[in-house]
Amino acid sequence: MAVLITEDTRIIVQGMSGRIGQFHAADMIRHGTRVVGGVTPGRGGESLLDRPLFDTVRAAVEATGADASLIFVPPPFAADAIMEAADAGIRTAVCVTDGIPAQDMMKVKRFLRRYPAERKMRLVGPNCAGVISPGIGFMGIMPPHIYMKGRVGIVGRSGTLGYEAASQMKALGIGVSTSVGIGGDPINGSSFRDILELFEADPETDAVMMIGEIGGPQEAEAAAFARDHMSKPVVAYIAGLSAPRGRKMGHAGAIISAFGESAQEKVEILSAAGITVAPNPSAMGETMARVLKLRKAA
Amino acid sequence: MDIHEYQAKEILAEFGVPVPRGGLAYSPEQAEFRARELGGQAWVVKAQIHSGGRGQAGGVRVCRGAHEVRDFAAGLFGRQLVTRQTGAAGKAVYRVWVEEASDIRRELYLGFVLDRKSERIMIVASAHGGMEIEELAEKDPASLRRMTIDPATGLIDFQARELAFSLGLSGGQIAQMVATLRACYRAFRDLDATMVEINPLVVTGTGDLVALDAKMSFDTNALFRQPRIAELRDRSQEDARESAAADHGLAYVGLDGDIGCIINGAGLAMATMDMIKLAGGEPANFLDIGGGASPERVVRAFRTVLADANVRVILVNIFAGINRCDWVAEGVVQAYREVGMTIPVVVRLAGTNVEEGRRILQASGLPLVTADTLADAADKAVAARLKSAA
Repeated sequence: MAVLITEDTRIIVQGMSGRIGQFHAADMIRHGTRVVGGVTPGRGGESLLDRPLFDTVRAAVEATGADASLIFVPPPFAADAIMEAADAGIRTAVCVTDGIPAQDMMKVKRFLRRYPAERKMRLVGPNCAGVISPGIGFMGIMPPHIYMKGRVGIVGRSGTLGYEAASQMKALGIGVSTSVGIGGDPINGSSFRDILELFEADPETDAVMMIGEIGGPQEAEAAAFARDHMSKPVVAYIAGLSAPRGRKMGHAGAIISAFGESAQEKVEILSAAGITVAPNPSAMGETMARVLKLRKAA
Repeated sequence: MDIHEYQAKEILAEFGVPVPRGGLAYSPEQAEFRARELGGQAWVVKAQIHSGGRGQAGGVRVCRGAHEVRDFAAGLFGRQLVTRQTGAAGKAVYRVWVEEASDIRRELYLGFVLDRKSERIMIVASAHGGMEIEELAEKDPASLRRMTIDPATGLIDFQARELAFSLGLSGGQIAQMVATLRACYRAFRDLDATMVEINPLVVTGTGDLVALDAKMSFDTNALFRQPRIAELRDRSQEDARESAAADHGLAYVGLDGDIGCIINGAGLAMATMDMIKLAGGEPANFLDIGGGASPERVVRAFRTVLADANVRVILVNIFAGINRCDWVAEGVVQAYREVGMTIPVVVRLAGTNVEEGRRILQASGLPLVTADTLADAADKAVAARLKSAA
């Protein structure tokens, strides 16, 4: 089953004719992902990578039955592209674009709420590496060969730190059901909590690796959810123990600006909620291995 | 992106926020001229730097004669003003704002921020202004009023009225406060701000509201559509290395340690810094080379890190997805030869094209220290640092 990308997912790429969009769409197809078309306004009727291009998302959905979209549209137009996907009936959108204005994301979040639950689009990102279900396919920019198919879900803000976790687990023989990058922006589509909820409900996921960082309230919110609503174990790591207060560390959202937003405070909040926190970033894999072993023994 | 107080006041005044009359000066003589031009008996002379806490740092004074204005300004120009927000280096004063003194009866706090929890613009206000919001939150949290604004409706008048009454205002002040709140909200929304702060917002002897100090920050991601705001950028207020690095697509933050870091991805960069600390070292910087880094960008990253004289070891940690290990390796080799490297370089590569990257490093014949894992890389960097210090 996995989450977000399953055997049945039919994917279009918005911005497929751009340099980056084309490169990654080709990589996805090469690894067996079911890409059914692309959208570039003005290029409808052409074909690219042996897939049809469409002028609008609506036309692409009507012609291909697509239910998921990967968005590579540049920052000034990205919010528009996300809302177009939502209105055209796309159920899952992953936006890789880095640099979308915060107020555009506020508008997007407000717009997504206008649809009833049964046709509301789930947005992952922006400013994220994407989603991969090893053995099924991926939507994003990650190197697929570092993931081994298995039964642990990964959710994290940082792309490269997610790769680090996946490769540490692979070295110990632990595979991944789905890995989800929620992105480093202050306002994003899906929160840690949203993805934990999906993993809790997924019969093919046994445990979750959650990779947070300084800044924002989402790790604390996820801790409360795990404590109150999850039966599956969660292992976490929070990056930024050595980050100074008030300085933005690369990601627009990675800044300690309020109480509870430092790495130390987040580690305390997670531990208090019963989550096993890896003591350092090179112990993410072994901490998961230990937790899985305990689980098996119990 | 931050702007100066006087710029924030000009912008807010255009939207309808009442501010005192004042004028900008680039020299002590000009400051004196501004005071005479404004008239009156007393003026407030304020150093313009991108930092709070200017008053306690000696950057603000009430002057009671035009000569005093000139003398105080003379002491400010060219000075590195050190506040509790600037760090030890302080920030240089090149502009001074001269303002008519106000008759202060009450001080309120008013701030607009982007609230990540509600994902909306939030108003924070207090009847007890004058101190910093952090201090206020600690000493008098009960006085803080918070209110979020629905982007679909914008700020509604009843919300503004409720807030005005809750701050103990009355009579004509209510209408003035409602107008001020609406003006700040419109400025925030229309100009892609991330913060608007008026502290203090004062009630004067005549019972009127005036914004005595103002601060605005803007979303750098939105500057492409805010050309007027983009022009207000003042490089003299930025860390020279950080802004030069940003011009080349590198996110760089200087720190106090001696192990220089060159990493891809903000999360991995923070994790590597944590790992260095755990291994007994101190990172000299945060640096994210970003996605799709060319060999040239890697060379630039080396130059940026080496500009810090404290750096004794460089640790390169790349987990390539959208990046390519072979490009990074070429950049490392090129940088090593171009800059005449005299300190140890530890390189850890993983991900896309890793074999090709490792082959390039090996074929170069350079004395690079290679590492396989994150822990291995941090240990080797700390060991190399101890050796180079001995």
